[in-house]
Amino acid sequence: MTDKLPENGGYVAAAYLVFLALLLIYVAIMATRAGRLERELGDVLDIVQRDGAGEPGAGRQATGGSGPAEQRAPRGSEQ
Amino acid sequence: MPTTRKLYGTRLMLLSWAAVAVLGAGFALAAFYAPIEADQGFSQKIFYVHVPLAIVTLCGFVFGGVSAIQYLRSGDPRHDLRSYTAIHQSLIFCVGALITGSLWAKASWGQWWVWDEPTLVSFLIVFLLYATYQPLRFSIEDPERQSRYAAVFAVVAGAFVPINFIAVRLADPLIHPRVLNQAGGDLPGEMRIAFYTSLVGMALLFVTLYRFEMASKHARAQLKSIKRRLGEHATSTGGRSAAPRITPS
Amino acid sequence: MPHHGSPHGDVMRLQTRSPEVAQRNTPSTFGAARAVLQKDLRLERRAPQTLVAMTLFSATTYVIFHFALDRDSVDGQLASGVLWVTMLLAALLGIGRLFVSDRDEGGLEGFLLAPVDRTALLFAKGAALLAFLLALQLVAVPLFALLLLGPTPDAGTWLQLLLVLVLADLGIAVVGTLVAAIAVQTRARDLITSILALPLLVPVMIGASNATAPLLAQAGAEPLPGRWLALLALYSLIFGLLAYAVFDFLVED
Repeated sequence: MTDKLPENGGYVAAAYLVFLALLLIYVAIMATRAGRLERELGDVLDIVQRDGAGEPGAGRQATGGSGPAEQRAPRGSEQ
Repeated sequence: MPTTRKLYGTRLMLLSWAAVAVLGAGFALAAFYAPIEADQGFSQKIFYVHVPLAIVTLCGFVFGGVSAIQYLRSGDPRHDLRSYTAIHQSLIFCVGALITGSLWAKASWGQWWVWDEPTLVSFLIVFLLYATYQPLRFSIEDPERQSRYAAVFAVVAGAFVPINFIAVRLADPLIHPRVLNQAGGDLPGEMRIAFYTSLVGMALLFVTLYRFEMASKHARAQLKSIKRRLGEHATSTGGRSAAPRITPS
Repeated sequence: MPHHGSPHGDVMRLQTRSPEVAQRNTPSTFGAARAVLQKDLRLERRAPQTLVAMTLFSATTYVIFHFALDRDSVDGQLASGVLWVTMLLAALLGIGRLFVSDRDEGGLEGFLLAPVDRTALLFAKGAALLAFLLALQLVAVPLFALLLLGPTPDAGTWLQLLLVLVLADLGIAVVGTLVAAIAVQTRARDLITSILALPLLVPVMIGASNATAPLLAQAGAEPLPGRWLALLALYSLIFGLLAYAVFDFLVED
């Protein structure tokens, strides 16, 4: 068995690297989303603390039903 | 009704580790354990990443079609979400399959694209078809209709895949070394182990990423629900999305 | 643009038009399909936009092919390819228009109100598209023979060509109707029609062009390979059944 590594090694490596690159891009997108989620969570926390600090009826709706609410679409750039 | 915590916490972590372990083992086996193939030489090693990508892509599209059928029969939007996520993800895996296939073609035959390999050509056509899924969803505003039409598309596209493979294979007069056929029968023992390990690892990877995607969507939906209850309108109403709308549990 | 009159009136009249229908409560699927089909054919006869456009498109495309390929005549696989690419693109025009008048002028709602099986619409529109394609090819194929085709086919070859045309048109009609029904409800109708229909119709192209190629061979027509006809038939069968199964979901309101 001759060692053919030098001949086509580049393409084989490229194939696995492409796979890795796709995976890392996916991870990066998920990380961005997680960051955005974290930021929005922070906003919500601020709102709750603000409300808790005693501004009466600031933004509280009467219809706070326990059922699931109709959702808006996520941000436009989402997949 | 389980909350996001329970659904996606421990199980997802274990799944991730399993995917990493198995896929890593598969590639390691491919690199060091499996022998170099006599006809094609070292470039045959691409086979261990290209074929699992291709197989998982097809399974993903099939799952997308099956979920679509479930959605059409039950109307439960969770099936629609599963269908959407599966197809979206399979499309990305399909791109991976096409790129690695092209690299394999270049390594084997010196050209970046070959029309003689019917499986590769079929994948190109399938990619072009499923790439219309998102534009289709995006162009239908009414959410219920969007889900319904997308589900019909997923079913039709799913049925199209096997016919397409048959048709393209009929059109190819020559017989080239069929990489996918090799996967079935005549692989020697070491290659078979490496291949199947990679395949299982790739499948685990798909499921892991799929669940990550679902977890992310659920978290966002729950956050929006909280925001709404607090009386704040969601800050991000800019633009419609192709993604199905979900309600958190 | 001439207004075609209220199409859904025809379907409403269906219930009181013929005596045997008046006896039953609901019209049969076949009766409903025939009514819609007759409506579409009559509309096209009165103001033939779609067919004229498809035919003109085909003719101009032949001219473009002449310049693009820099050939005075084509034969064999090349001729087959030119013919079928042109037919496919012309079919896209027909597909894009298939449900437009119904949706825009209220015919669709009128149909949905009538107590008929929704698949009647599938049959009617599919038959209409098939009719349009055959009518187109009645002009466009001889035109192709005149302008670009090198060898002159004899009567037997014309018959075989007709067979291929019918089988291929069947597949295009089935898938085209599905795509049209989906696309008409979207915001970017013509775009969705094209990108959705073309990949789905690749097997038809494979079957049709490979079946036609030996018929147009320079050295005289060779026998028609059966496997391509089998492919076309299989395609039409599978997608026909599929369309029957899913069409209801496309015309719910």
